[in-house]
Amino acid sequence: MTEGFVRSLRAIRARAYIRIVGANREISWLVTEIALPILSVAAYILLYRSLGLPPIYEGLVIVGGAMIPLWMVVLWSMAMQLFWEKGVGNLDIYLSSPTDPIMLLIGMAIGGMFMAGLRSAMILLLGILIFDVDLFVSDWFLFFTVLSLTMTALFSMGMAAASAYFVTGRMGIKINIALMEPIYMMSGLYFPMKNMGAVMGIVASLIPLSLGLDGIRQLCLPGGESLKFISVHAEIGILFVMSVVFGIASYYLLRRMERKGRIDGTLSERWM
Amino acid sequence: MPPAILTKKVVRTFQKRKQDKVNALNGVDIEVNPGEIFGFLGPNGAGKTTLIKILCTLLYPSSGEAYVDGLDVVKDTQKVRRVISMVSGGESSGYGILTVAENIWMFSQFHGIPGRIVKERTARYMKAFDFEKDLHTKLSKLSTGMRQKMNLIRGFVTDPKIFFLDEPTLGLDPHVARNVRDNIQSWVADHKEKTVFLTTHYMAEAEELCDRIAIMDKGEIVVCDTPANLRKQVGGDSIYRLALSPQPAQMDFLAGILGVKSPWIFKAKNGDGDWEIRFGLEADEILLAVLQAAKDSGLKVESFGKIDPGLEDLFLKIVGRKLEKEE
Repeated sequence: MTEGFVRSLRAIRARAYIRIVGANREISWLVTEIALPILSVAAYILLYRSLGLPPIYEGLVIVGGAMIPLWMVVLWSMAMQLFWEKGVGNLDIYLSSPTDPIMLLIGMAIGGMFMAGLRSAMILLLGILIFDVDLFVSDWFLFFTVLSLTMTALFSMGMAAASAYFVTGRMGIKINIALMEPIYMMSGLYFPMKNMGAVMGIVASLIPLSLGLDGIRQLCLPGGESLKFISVHAEIGILFVMSVVFGIASYYLLRRMERKGRIDGTLSERWM
Repeated sequence: MPPAILTKKVVRTFQKRKQDKVNALNGVDIEVNPGEIFGFLGPNGAGKTTLIKILCTLLYPSSGEAYVDGLDVVKDTQKVRRVISMVSGGESSGYGILTVAENIWMFSQFHGIPGRIVKERTARYMKAFDFEKDLHTKLSKLSTGMRQKMNLIRGFVTDPKIFFLDEPTLGLDPHVARNVRDNIQSWVADHKEKTVFLTTHYMAEAEELCDRIAIMDKGEIVVCDTPANLRKQVGGDSIYRLALSPQPAQMDFLAGILGVKSPWIFKAKNGDGDWEIRFGLEADEILLAVLQAAKDSGLKVESFGKIDPGLEDLFLKIVGRKLEKEE
């Protein structure tokens, strides 16, 4: 193995470590990232129960609620991360080191997947226990394929957004706030995606969260096929393409951001 | 062996708005030899940090050439990054949720240093910095001085060939600053082939640490030499200071006195709100004539004294104002 390859692996592991180990040290996340989504989930389940909808709707709400941490981490801890890192001076250190900066993003993404995955699993578990909801995975292979591709596509999108958001600076915070609720709605976190209709569904499909959620629901809810927007196999294909496209985009956007930053001074000058 | 650092007519311009250009560097030429501690001295805004960022591959020069260890900072970016490390003063880098040991390890991995070597070096430098007890303390619990010690250890652990230190003692209390300076000196003493490029606006720090010093103002190097030679430029003359009130309308009252070195006349507001002038005298006795001339001009002498000439005086002589902030 070459020196550069080993260094890249070490860098990925080190940057992921912060999120795998460090992010779970502050127990405040149990409130902000578990308890609050559970409250939203509870509100929808109580609403659906009061309307007398079938139990599958309770299951889809819990699965949707479990996806919230993934989206939150992508928005705030991936897309905004390079901007935060610049603010505290870490970006200077990373970019003046011999490791290719894309390893920084890959490490952030892997750590982010673990961090968000842990939070998602806890919401799912608590949801099942509190609301006594049945989940049944009909095909484990397809389930893990959809889940892993959804996470890969989402975090690749986050990696690409990190460079794009870096250019926007503080405006990124406003963009995130503006995007949060519409994307919750368009992704169908609390209702079946097919209910939005074909046109809105296609628009929503641009976000990997929507298709991933639709596929996971089909595979883990009893009678989940009745909720489908498109088939699981089609979703796997689209998510795979998204993962590749966002992955390549993140590489080139990062290169472009670094080069532009070195020309304009925006890479490290905090007054710019 | 190539120079550790070489710059040729480096210019850096920032465009704040469409019509608003800032010239941070105006044709900087320097050559730093391997094994040197080279100091870059100048007031805030002189362009010191801009030059360091160019040399650390974080900025492109607008024009000119810059080389680190013989490598072009524009064309050989990744190769340059293998031989350098950079630590800035007053920075809040690192992750508060990680311990000191974890932070140092985390950043060292971007240089590809194996974990056992990081551990061994961290232990050594933690001891040298008198910082061992905080190895497993979270970064968020540390004071500014302690954080800066950690940052320096982070730099040392990667064992760079050329170490860039941007205002390493900025904002530190004297005891911690002393400790930091001692460790920089001993690191270079232990590694003869290593080069340190240091920026500071503390003159005493530059004089104490550096083999050579470049004094910079408004993006230009105004003088570059060893501390001893720079002192010689101030001269072996006695330097005197006079604090006067009110503010002298002009300094002509000294011009006619024989033995006063006219290039040494400066005016600068001292800390008490009086106006201070500095000048050299060929003989101490001439001071009586100076005091009389001040009195004849209607000026009240609040205080006077003889001072050791230092880099501050050289800066005053060349640039015409004080290096450190007056207010």
